[in-house]
Amino acid sequence: MPRPLATAAREGAFYAGVAFLVVIAAFPFYWMLITAFKTNSDLYDLSNIPFWFNDPPTLAHIRYLFEETLFARWLLNSLIVGVCVVAITLVTALPAGYSLARMTGRNGEALGIGIFLTYLVPPTLLFLPLSRVITVLGLQDSMWSLVLVYPTFTIPFCTWLLIGFFKAVPREIEEAAIVDGCSIFGAFVKMVLPLSLPAILTVVIFTFTLTLQEFVYALTFISSTAQKTITLGVTTDLVRGDIYFWGELMAGALIAAIPVAIAYNLFLDRFIAGITGGAVK
Amino acid sequence: MAAIAEKFAPRRSIFQFILDRPSMLGPIFVAPAILYVLALIGVPFLLAVFYSVSAYTIYNQSYHFVGLRNFFQIFQSDIFRTALINTFIFTIGSQIIGLVLGKFGALLLLRPFPGRKLVRALIVLPWAVPVALATVAWEWMFDSLYSVINWTMIALGVIDRSDAPNWLGNPHLAMLCVIVVNAWRFFPFAIVIFLAGITAVPQDVIDAATVDGAGFWRRNYQIILPMIAPIVVVGLIFGTVFTFTDLSIVYLLTNGGPVNATQVLGNLGFQIGIQSGDVSHGAAVSLVMLPVLFVLVIVMLRFVRRREI
Repeated sequence: MPRPLATAAREGAFYAGVAFLVVIAAFPFYWMLITAFKTNSDLYDLSNIPFWFNDPPTLAHIRYLFEETLFARWLLNSLIVGVCVVAITLVTALPAGYSLARMTGRNGEALGIGIFLTYLVPPTLLFLPLSRVITVLGLQDSMWSLVLVYPTFTIPFCTWLLIGFFKAVPREIEEAAIVDGCSIFGAFVKMVLPLSLPAILTVVIFTFTLTLQEFVYALTFISSTAQKTITLGVTTDLVRGDIYFWGELMAGALIAAIPVAIAYNLFLDRFIAGITGGAVK
Repeated sequence: MAAIAEKFAPRRSIFQFILDRPSMLGPIFVAPAILYVLALIGVPFLLAVFYSVSAYTIYNQSYHFVGLRNFFQIFQSDIFRTALINTFIFTIGSQIIGLVLGKFGALLLLRPFPGRKLVRALIVLPWAVPVALATVAWEWMFDSLYSVINWTMIALGVIDRSDAPNWLGNPHLAMLCVIVVNAWRFFPFAIVIFLAGITAVPQDVIDAATVDGAGFWRRNYQIILPMIAPIVVVGLIFGTVFTFTDLSIVYLLTNGGPVNATQVLGNLGFQIGIQSGDVSHGAAVSLVMLPVLFVLVIVMLRFVRRREI
């Protein structure tokens, strides 16, 4: 084959490979999107080509979600749970990360790995005893049980993320503050925290998305519709009897998925650095 | 300068003794995180062990000790043994598909090309979007009547409408479906992990190998792969742990059916322990996952340590 042809063939194969991956990854979301805006008569007509709109798009499914179901309530519940878990996580993980990065030496490193490993303890191992604990605390069938339990995986993950970050903050900054008469605690609050805003923002975003993604604990602890979070509500409450209302289901899933998808993409690199333990050293 | 000094003027207090000493402040700073995790992971874990050797159910909350009887009973149950085998098939199958797609994707995305950012954003979607929501989209794609997959195959003339597969109703196909959905969810993570590893390999190492006469495959499998092995193993263990113990995909797609063909340990533990209220047997089912997790964590620790040298 002459040179330009060979190059063109190689380029073609390359872009075909990329296109293949994109289709595999994104098709279910395209499917969600198009289903959410299709009329029922279009959806359930096998003679239609399903890949685009055969009838004009409709907002009926989305309107149904907000008018006939507790969808708005689920959004609000998710927001409340997310905000509370973020607050708990910040209050515990920030000092812990700082302490393990700076103040506890070799033991701190081992302890840090230990905390991170608890992130690997799966919900399916703990949901039985935790549901008993929650009953004892009187939190059964309430979204506050999730506020209590979700920090068990957000604290380990965020502490680990923050250890890496705090190690990268130059020691001289705190030392200067201490020379100027600050206590170590004062240096942490007045100098280190303001410098760590990017890391804190990352922790906030990831904690929030982790709470939105969680399904197992929510499924185990909550059964009444009004207490459900968005992920649980959409997946378990929009199925009436044995009948699936795909338009409403996909519309709900789409609305819940969009913010998480955006947040993840913006903070992906930091997340990877955290998860591989390659956090800035 | 004066202003700064003033801003941080020492505020004497009785806590000064604590606030000034790393040896005091260090433990105080870690304590809330550790206590939280101990109280809500450590204690429930012990409780799970305790339930698994007792006769505790939500109807009869007596704690009397029965030794390993629960474990013997579940091992004699056919459903449990099916679930155990299925869990391994589910995990290994989806991890292999995920890794192959991940390596393939990483090789493609390594090269800069116009629109790479957008492509990456789209490819990351399966992993970013809450898995329960994505699973519902797949359930719709696998619908027995309106499946878009079947529609396409019929339109292409691959199959006939009369023998279109019922994806989630056929035991073998249902297993394939849960594996595929899980692999689909995992492969963007694998791509990103591979990419993170490969871009961390110093270019001069690769150049040196090229100068010494190493070709594409040799560079890939004798230089790059060993160097990125630790990071890949850590990623793989993450994927394995979360797949091995997952129940959301199976619960939503098939709920273990048809006739337990896709039953996995996580879902079985949920059905027995939560839905039927037989807490002790449910806890025993969950705890069977522990030895596997234990081995994985040991392997992971070895690699995390190696990274730090």
